[in-house]
Amino acid sequence: MYKYDTYDQAMVDARVAEFRDQVRRRLDGSLTEEQFRPLRLMNGLYLQLHAYMLRVAVPYGTLSSAQMRMLGDIADKYDRGYGHFTTRQNIQYNWIKLEDAGDLLADLASVEMHAIQTSGNCIRNISSDQYAGAAAEELVDPRPYAELLRQWSSFHPEFMYLPRKFKIAVIASETDRAAMKLHDIGIKLVKNDAGEIGAQFYVGGGMGRTPMIAPMIREFVPLDQLITYAEACLRVYNRYGRRDNKYKARIKILVHEIGADEYARQAEEEFAHLLGQGVEPPIAELERIKTYFQDPPFEAGAPDTLDRSDPDFALWVDRNCVTHKQPGYISATISLKPVGGIPGDASADQIRLMADLARDYSFDECRVTHAQNIVLPHVRKADLYVLWQKLDAAGLGAANLDRIGDIIACPGLDYCSLANARSIPIAQKISERFAAQEKQDAIGEMKLKISGCINACGHHHAGHIGILGVDKKGVENYQLLLGGSEGEDTSLGKITGPGFDEEGIVDAVEKAADVYLANKQGEERFLDTYRRIGIDPFKEAIYD
Amino acid sequence: MKILTGNDLKTGAVVWWDGTGWSKYVNSAADVGDEGDIIIAREEGARRVFAAYAIDAERSADGVRPAHIKDRIRAHGPTVRDDLTLNPGDPDTSNWVI
Ligand code: SF4
Repeated sequence: MYKYDTYDQAMVDARVAEFRDQVRRRLDGSLTEEQFRPLRLMNGLYLQLHAYMLRVAVPYGTLSSAQMRMLGDIADKYDRGYGHFTTRQNIQYNWIKLEDAGDLLADLASVEMHAIQTSGNCIRNISSDQYAGAAAEELVDPRPYAELLRQWSSFHPEFMYLPRKFKIAVIASETDRAAMKLHDIGIKLVKNDAGEIGAQFYVGGGMGRTPMIAPMIREFVPLDQLITYAEACLRVYNRYGRRDNKYKARIKILVHEIGADEYARQAEEEFAHLLGQGVEPPIAELERIKTYFQDPPFEAGAPDTLDRSDPDFALWVDRNCVTHKQPGYISATISLKPVGGIPGDASADQIRLMADLARDYSFDECRVTHAQNIVLPHVRKADLYVLWQKLDAAGLGAANLDRIGDIIACPGLDYCSLANARSIPIAQKISERFAAQEKQDAIGEMKLKISGCINACGHHHAGHIGILGVDKKGVENYQLLLGGSEGEDTSLGKITGPGFDEEGIVDAVEKAADVYLANKQGEERFLDTYRRIGIDPFKEAIYD
Repeated sequence: MKILTGNDLKTGAVVWWDGTGWSKYVNSAADVGDEGDIIIAREEGARRVFAAYAIDAERSADGVRPAHIKDRIRAHGPTVRDDLTLNPGDPDTSNWVI
């Protein structure tokens, strides 16, 4: 994985020193809260419901075991013994003290990490496929391209004050595991007819108050023009994106209002101008970055079979592991969704254990997924049983990837100051209602996603079943959405009708599952059946 | 009653104005009547708290209860982590929030 060079380290260290000084000046009264707030936000330090919250960037979700261990140590040293993995492939700590923030950031910097650009109207952490570099069907490893974009977008002077925040995802497989079309810019690496690799650009997607699926803006950008084209896209947005209304300021509104064709035309015009400006880094830089993402030293001829005699292990393999490009290896997902648990939360001990397992069984590497789980990308099949036993003993053995228990839930009103309703208790109740293995198996693939407000951090628009918490005259209320997807077949869920209270929404989910089971044909998933029969049979059952 | 809440500047902890200082217990909260803005300006100026605001609450035999669920969660801690509330170990404590 990528290693900081002296420039990277110097920049991050300088930022730590700068923020330490800003904190000192805030505490001694030289800075007011009004002056300090944008400075702390630039360093990922928010004020949430109970305390300061720090969001740490995990570039494209990739972590070394040393970084993961540090995240566990930080949870103990500066927080209350746990961290929350987010839908942006980051980690958040909920109980940070301002007076500790400088030391915490210094600890992060010691393992080449930071919290820069995890807030504010800038280009945020770049997300990617959690199986990058391991997926059997991927064209290339998308992470060198994500890393190039990270370097370009870090402290980019022109894009630090965009009309609104800006999120980019990069993938290189036909299967979209990064919700690519629901980003401000989604980049898919593709091969053209001449066999060259280039970038397909989707611009203007997003969730939130006005969900939009990004249209394709350009079919193929040569790799030696990737940054220049991205810069052109951003420039058009920076110039014409609306700054007068926060709710209309995302690029999706601009693309929607002027139309994809007109946006593409303007981007092309800007692109043509920029091509002569020397914006593009030399291709040698991309090649340099690629050297950090070479395959680990896989064992040739590693045994490709598994002893499946332990049924619990076999179930976990079937649910949580996917085919690896290298025979004898597998990618394993550690579910952070035990029955009745808090989606995405892990204790300091669990984080450190996952770090040790990454070191011992996955070439020192793990990944955070946007579904709030952790992946060990490169596990020898011969080691898998021992690995699973260690996970299971630590409460990390849930076999429910992409099942109804594998719920995405934002922090909601238990932690978030913007929330209208709690998300986590709903996730807990649903996972308990569907705890029985037979129920989960019967329902099969199910992506259930819960947000505590319209900002949609829990991706409710993109859930096969989505739940949105709203405030109904001071009382929590939950709307049900059906039919969303954030995969390669991206679609936006539709609201079924009036909302429910806490118990009612769990019943409504069960009724929706029952409609699916009663109407399912062949191998159809919930989403397939929904698309075939439409929303009405679900409504009839839910509002009966 | 009107009560004041905010966050301790150094630690970020949720605090409540008790008439003379800031307490982490909502039950200590004092009715500030229409003095809220004056107290907030003074206390923020002295850098003891930040992000302070006034809210409606009720006092009963059981103590002080903020009118809105968001402030009850702030007063109590996350409803999904009984161990992190101000009454850790009491599994019924979250019921007060709802
Ligand atoms: S969706 Fe709303 S409640 Fe949930 S984390 Fe985002 S802003 Fe907070």
